[in-house]
Order: sequence, then C-alpha cells, then structure tokens
Amino acid sequence: MSIIVTPETKVLVQGITGEFGGRHTKLSLDYGTKIVAGVTPGKGGQFFEHGAHRVPIFNTVADAVAATGATTAAVFVPPPFAADAILEGVDANLDLCVAITEGIPIRDMIEVKRAMMGRKTRLIGPNCPGIVTPGTGKDSSGGCRIGIAPGYIHKQGHVGVVSRSGTLTYEAVFQLTSKNIGQTTSVGIGGDPVNGTSHLDVIKMFNDDPETWGIIMIGEIGGNAEVEAARWVKANCQKPVAGFIAGATAPAGRRMGHAGAVIGGAEDTAAAKIAVFKECGIECAVTPSDMAAALIRAAKNKGARMT
Amino acid sequence: MNIHEYQAKALFEKFGVAVPRGVAARSPAEFESALSTLSHDGALIVKSQIHAGGRGKGTFNDGFKGGVKFAKTKAEALDFANKMFNNTLVTAQTGPAGRKVQTIYFTAACDIAKEYYLAILLDRITSRPVIVASTEGGVEIEKVAHETPGKIFKIVVDPAVGLMGYQARELAFKLGLTGEAFKNAVKLITALYRMYWETDAAMVEVNPLIVTPDNKVLALDAKVSFDDNSLFRHPEITALRDLNEEDSKEIEASKYNLSYIALDGNIACLVNGAGLAMSTMDIIKHYGGSPANFLDVGGGATKEQVQAAFRIILTDPKVKGILVNIFGGIMDCNTIATGVVAAARDLGLKIPLVVRLEGNNVVAGKQTLAASGLKIESATTMADAAQKIVKLVA
Repeated sequence: MSIIVTPETKVLVQGITGEFGGRHTKLSLDYGTKIVAGVTPGKGGQFFEHGAHRVPIFNTVADAVAATGATTAAVFVPPPFAADAILEGVDANLDLCVAITEGIPIRDMIEVKRAMMGRKTRLIGPNCPGIVTPGTGKDSSGGCRIGIAPGYIHKQGHVGVVSRSGTLTYEAVFQLTSKNIGQTTSVGIGGDPVNGTSHLDVIKMFNDDPETWGIIMIGEIGGNAEVEAARWVKANCQKPVAGFIAGATAPAGRRMGHAGAVIGGAEDTAAAKIAVFKECGIECAVTPSDMAAALIRAAKNKGARMT
Repeated sequence: MNIHEYQAKALFEKFGVAVPRGVAARSPAEFESALSTLSHDGALIVKSQIHAGGRGKGTFNDGFKGGVKFAKTKAEALDFANKMFNNTLVTAQTGPAGRKVQTIYFTAACDIAKEYYLAILLDRITSRPVIVASTEGGVEIEKVAHETPGKIFKIVVDPAVGLMGYQARELAFKLGLTGEAFKNAVKLITALYRMYWETDAAMVEVNPLIVTPDNKVLALDAKVSFDDNSLFRHPEITALRDLNEEDSKEIEASKYNLSYIALDGNIACLVNGAGLAMSTMDIIKHYGGSPANFLDVGGGATKEQVQAAFRIILTDPKVKGILVNIFGGIMDCNTIATGVVAAARDLGLKIPLVVRLEGNNVVAGKQTLAASGLKIESATTMADAAQKIVKLVA
C-alpha cells in the first residue's frame, strides 16, 4: 500500500499548458499516473496531447472535477497566481492539492493556510518536488507521480520517505533502491516556511500504514517541524526511523536557497535538531551518503525487516 | 532583502509609526545641509548605516570606536560623521571584514524614560504573524528570552481579520504603560503591524522602542527585512536595495538565477537543489575540508548557468578546489557535464575539480567528462566526492 496517493488517484494539472507543467505532465503520464484533466483559464475545450494520451483542458477546477472525477491537483502555476490556484482547488473540495511552485509570497501562503482551515483539502508544498507512490512496472512505473521527482529512481516496497528538500529526497530514494529496498511513498513537503503538510502529518500516516515498515525523515535548518515530529516519534512510533538534517555548516541568518532554510536562533540549528533526533531514538545519518545505511541500522536495532 | 535604518524609518513615518527626527547624508558634502535640514539645536545622534547590528559597540578599521555616537553639538556631529564615512566598521555581526560606511544618519537625540522591545515576524508554528514585545529594551532579545522569558509577551494575529484593537491594547497593558504613553503605544503597534503586512515584510524589529519623559512613544532604531518572494509586487521597496551591502559574487550569481552565498573556506561547490547544496557543504566539513560557498544551480540548470557558476566561483581567491555534485533527477547529467567541460576549458582551470554525477543520462555524462582530456576526477557517491576533493586540496 501507500499513503496519500495510489496508482488509481485521479489527478488534474493546474498550469498544464505552461512549459514546466507540460513537461512534467508528460513524464507523469509516461509513469502511468492517471492524469485526467488540465486546467488553464481560457483554454477550456482544448486538449493536452502526449503519445496516445489526450487530456481534456478545462477553464476551471470545478468544471474539471465535474467532468472527470479528479480528486487531486498538481499546481504548476507561476508564483503571483499560485495562491489563487490552490484556493480554487480547495473550493472545488479536492482531497489533495500538491503545489510545486517555488517563490510564492509568504503572505499569500499565510492567507491560504488560514482560508483552508476547516476545509477538506490537504495541501502538500508549496516549493516541493511532490509525491511518488511507486508502481511495479519497469523503473517503478505503474505508480502515481505528482510533481517533478524522477520516477525511475523509485522501487515499490516498504519504506516511507519524507523531506523538505527535493534533491535530498532523490538522494535518499536512490540509495534505498540501490540497496534493493523499495518505498511505499516518498513525500516532499517543501522548503517554504509556511507549508500545508508537516513532517509530523506525514509520519503519522506512515505510522498508520501497515505496509510502511520504516521511515526516513529528512530536514534542514530553520523552524521546529523536525523537532515536533521527532518528539512524536519517541512517544508513538514503534517503526525504525532514520533522520538527516542539512545545514550544519550554514551561517546564521542567511537564507540558504529555500525560503524556510534560515537559522533564527539556537533551537533551529542542525546541531540542535540532530541532538533532539538522537534523544528521540532516531538513527541519524552521519552524512547525506549515509541515509539508507542509517535506516538499515535502525531496522537492525529494532529487529525489523525493510524488505 | 534588508534595508538601512534610515530607509526603514522613512517607511515607518509613511505608515504613522513615530520616530525621532532624522536626515541621511550620502557624502561629506551633504553633511552640513543635512544638519541644517534637521534644524535641531540640541544634542544629536550620528549613526553609521550598514546592514548589520551591533553598530554602537563596533570598531572602525582605523581604531575609531563606535558606529553610533552621541554628539553634544553640531560641530562634534560633523567630526564624528567625517570619521565614520568611507571607513570600515566591524561589529559582532559583520564578520572580520566589516562593512564600509557610505551613508550617515543624523537624528535628534531624545530623552529616554524607559526602553522596550517590539518586533513583528512570522510564527512558523501557527503560520501566522506574531508580535513580540518586551519590557527589556536595548539589549539582545535572545538573551532576554533565555534569562527572563516571563518578560517577553507575544500576540498571534489572525490574518483573516488582522490585528485587533484589543490585542494591541493587551500588549501595551502588559508592557505596563498607562495614560498618554499607553495611547501612543497602541497607535504605534497598530501602525507598525499595518506596515509589516502591507509591505510584505519578513521581519520588523524596533530595539529599542522608547517612552520619553513627556510620554511620546518612538522607534529609536529600526531593522526591517522583506520577503524576497514578494518583491515583484513592491517596486518602491525593491528600489531600496543597496548593492554596496551585498557580496559582488552574490549579485553576479543572482543575474543568472543562481543561488550563491559566499563562505570562508577553500573548497567551492556547485550543486543542484538547496538541500543537496547545504548537505554538500556539510559533508566537505565532515571529511575535514572547509566549504567556500553555497551554490544551488536549481533544478533545470543550463550549460550557460554552469559556466557562469564556474566564473563566479573562481573570482574567489580563497578557492583551491571545486566539487560539483549533481543529482540529475530530470536534469540531464550530460548537459551538466558538457557545461563543466566547456567552463573548465574556457577558464583554463588550474585547480583540482571533482565531479559527482548521478541520475538521468549519467553514463553519457561521465563519458563526456572522461573524453574531455581535462584533469577531472570522477566520483561515485557524495562521500567519495568529498573525500577526494578534501585530499586534493590538502
């Protein structure tokens, strides 16, 4: 099994006619993802064509949902219009919105998050690589790929991966697959300071998923999301958990690429977060090359299987 | 993006946040006229304008002490300004290189009855703005938070309705203010929040906020930074950017959409993705080296970007070796390899270069590197790459 999305999840793409959204829609279609609709205001009635695929485009998310039964949106809309696109999906009562867009104003996200209170839609991101539930076909195809992650590095299996960073997620997944350890679902929650789904939200879902046997949690400097998740793991999670925090050498007060990767005080440094991980029984990867190996150590300590 | 104190105070005034009267001058020729515009007969404060805190306790390169000075007379103020201008100020926050002072801000000195602290920023736990205030002003707030957390008060604002009157009053009451000072503080807090919200500020900090003996409430200092993601909708704020305060390599990198931050070490890195770039620095350190920079070329780097990145890296004279670490998820490793080879050739690269490529089209990428005839060391994993470059530079 998997969390959040399955190979059956029906996905619509907001911004499907853009260069970036279009390119990744094609890759998702190739992966086997059920992309059932595109949304671009003013281009309703047209089609997005790729090989044998002919994806209908609608003017609004509500129209796309009514016509196709899509439950999930991938948002590739440029930053000035991304908040509007996310809330359009929320208003159409989607189950899930995955916002890939990088560079959305923080104030817009503060408002989006407030407007989503009490609504059914879950937001993943923004500024994230998206989510992949690997399939059983060649290069893990036949699964569900929403976003920009490389599908082929995955392998279906029993490890859950959650991370704020895109390329570090790929690094972890690649290490696992190279060791023949598969994944249930890999979730990139994004590098912005205001995001929809936290480390803790994802870890709770992995903990409840019987097919997920172990978890890799990847974080970075800034904020306290990893600390919150680690404390919950200590109290509630019996599964092996490995962790890595990027930014041990980052200078305080500088924004390290991600809007959310800024050291604000003594508690959101890499060293402080790693100390909490250790105290909470999370096996820490010594270097980013050590993430899969750290999970194997954690599994061994708990006598758990990963394959 | 950060701005200077004098620019922040101009914004404060526009939004109705009371500040002491002040005038900025950008050259010694402007000092006299600035002081006459200020037309203040009493004591003055002369303030060096740089984007770093700790100015008052800072020291100039020539030994002159204090980036913020109290002057009893105009003549004394002029003397201080001339000593500060074009001089390099080193504070606890500037690093040993310090910053060159190119603007002087003269303000009317105020009598102070009591100092407070006031700031507005994003509370990452609630994803809402939080107003932080303290009765302990003029000192480091981190120190107050650590030693006397009971003296710090916080109000979280609901973005759906904005700051409510009762919240501003609650904060002013908690600071122990009464009468006219109370009314003035409520007015200032309300105006400051409006400025924070409407300008897309990332953080607004007033330390100290003062109450004068005649119950005025003034922002004596001002530190303001903005959310870079929002600058596109604030051209008037973007215009306040001072390139003199930024590293020239960082400015050059931003022209190519590269995210670059200069550090103190000697191993340069070129990486795709912010998280991977940070952890590449970490792994260099882990194996005993020292990173010269953070450099994220982004998810879809082109050959031109890679070449620009190499040029920027090599303008740093400290750099003794380069580590390229690319996880080509969707990005074609061969594109990167071609860019690396072209850059190394064009720039006549003389220092060691280790390249770790992984992912999409990696075989072709490695072939391109090997066939180049250049001295490029290939690595398999991040750990392998870091160990190799550390060894080559040592």
